[in-house]
Amino acid sequence: MVAIIHGLLLAAATPTGHASAVDWGTFGVAAAIVLSGAIGVVIARNPVHAALMLVMTLFGIAVLFVLQRDDFLAAVQVIVYAGAIVVLFLFVIMFLGVDREENIAVEPLRGQRPLAVALVALGVTGLLLLGEISKWTTGAPSVAGSTNSSTSNVAQLGTSVYTTYLFPFEITSALLVIAVVGAVALARRPPMADIDRVPDTEAELADATPSATDGAPAEPNGATETGTGTGDAHPATEDAHQPQDAHQEVTP
Amino acid sequence: MTAATTAINGNINGEWYLALAAVLFAIGAFGLLIRRNVLVMFMCVELMLNAANLTFVTFANMLHDIGGQVLVFFVLVVAAAEVVVGLGIVVAIFRRRASATADDFHLMKG
Repeated sequence: MVAIIHGLLLAAATPTGHASAVDWGTFGVAAAIVLSGAIGVVIARNPVHAALMLVMTLFGIAVLFVLQRDDFLAAVQVIVYAGAIVVLFLFVIMFLGVDREENIAVEPLRGQRPLAVALVALGVTGLLLLGEISKWTTGAPSVAGSTNSSTSNVAQLGTSVYTTYLFPFEITSALLVIAVVGAVALARRPPMADIDRVPDTEAELADATPSATDGAPAEPNGATETGTGTGDAHPATEDAHQPQDAHQEVTP
Repeated sequence: MTAATTAINGNINGEWYLALAAVLFAIGAFGLLIRRNVLVMFMCVELMLNAANLTFVTFANMLHDIGGQVLVFFVLVVAAAEVVVGLGIVVAIFRRRASATADDFHLMKG
């Protein structure tokens, strides 16, 4: 944020400079959207809210792509990321019913957050210092093509993908097929269990729901003590929690 | 800055974009370290991927090289594949454990 404010001040101080006020304004607003969305993802308690904040960040990134005359990737960013990937996230959140709120005030590992802050701050400071004391860009341009020609961005990108990067592009299709097959293999039920459970889908549903609802009240207790939250793996601890909960419900 | 770096980044120096991408990457890494919900951790990975994408596009404009934009194209594809497989794993684990918290996944055996 300091960088953005500094940038806006710089733009106001030199209105006749290289960058116009419109560019700076667009950049500042988009950067604010990106950063606030990212912070929202990290601090949102509800996964659904985090997914919506992620959409905000992705749109901000798309605006920054447009600002850099990169129209095709901006469109793909909105269509693929905000349209497909986030929707997939929301599908899984709704499908699993895990839109329970997570108590992020609880710190499961002692001293983890200060350590995380220190490590990330160290990394970013090092990166920015490195960019300050040396050059951001080194080396020579590759042979993939120049962005300076008079053709449109889509035409340049298409020419490069279908000529220089043709082989990686074809490999990409293989990657997608492998990912689809892997997702199907992961998400489908084991065949043996399927044979056993073919007639009674109702009983299967009734079997699945109590474990999901059992997990919900045990969540605040399980979050404080790491490792005791799994309902299926530790039936003994689940039973141990049960009288406490009943006692707490009776007392008020 | 050399003449090549003060390019057509919307008339704004590319350093601003790179600094923004660094901060975005840091927020994503921080979230990945502190959050416990596996889905939110995935979203933080997406934040970091987007920071890398922004860096690629900025360098593509700084160096007048379309290769950076092509690389963003491939990163998008790999991110889509990664999310599909990752969410498939989450669904498979959730079916067995009825939990989406990373602390619960400390055993290799199902």
